[in-house]
Amino acid sequence: MMLGRVQVPQSVKRGEPFEVRVIVQHPMETGFRRDLQGQAIPVNIVDKLACTYGGREVFRTELGTGIAANPYLVFYVVARESGPLEIAWSDDRGQQGRASAMVNVA
Amino acid sequence: MNRRRFLAASASGLAAAAVPAHAQRFQPPQDVAPLIQQITGGAALTASGLAVKLPQLAENGNSVPMQLTVQSSMTAEDHVEALYVIAPRNPRPLVATFHLGPDAGRAEVATRVRLAGTQKVVSIARLNGNRFLVNETEVLVTSAACLDESL
Repeated sequence: MMLGRVQVPQSVKRGEPFEVRVIVQHPMETGFRRDLQGQAIPVNIVDKLACTYGGREVFRTELGTGIAANPYLVFYVVARESGPLEIAWSDDRGQQGRASAMVNVA
Repeated sequence: MNRRRFLAASASGLAAAAVPAHAQRFQPPQDVAPLIQQITGGAALTASGLAVKLPQLAENGNSVPMQLTVQSSMTAEDHVEALYVIAPRNPRPLVATFHLGPDAGRAEVATRVRLAGTQKVVSIARLNGNRFLVNETEVLVTSAACLDESL
């Protein structure tokens, strides 16, 4: 299980976009580095991340080696109803992670 | 060997030696035209409407904050479908793809990227109806990512 956090505003207005901030704890190994023995460190990147809210996928991204370690993302979602906002991601090793936040529509 | 040729030869030798090894390994900017062609499928690119916020000078290429914004109403009739970030000097130029839609409400994405050296970062926005916007932003990177990390 990988660590990650997602943050949404405490209360949002119906029909208006709100900011979602995501950070995933991950080294984002590019595959171009070598360890102390000179062995190549294999590529390990969080390559897919998706956000679902209100039963729909509202945001999806494919990341590459050009994203900094501990990938940080900010994007917007329209507030429709109160409920959980789920983030799911997976890396090249096949490990998966999830994080969620409650959206309170005022 | 006459004096002039000796001087020319030694000067070029010195110049080569003066450039540090890691600088010689700098990735030259690659031709990203095929990649852009793959994204757009040959459609025309409009060089306006996509705003990219990147620092003019990044001290460390390992983590450069970047923000992409498209002035779009994000309705079902007019919205941004995807945003692409391309760094021509990175070993793998396609940095990230973001898929948005009318559910996003606002066409704005921010993240932190790695940049292997000073380069012009190319960002492309795909709008619905096969329309494309492009933005090129030059970033000066003092310490490049991917190169000096051999420990």
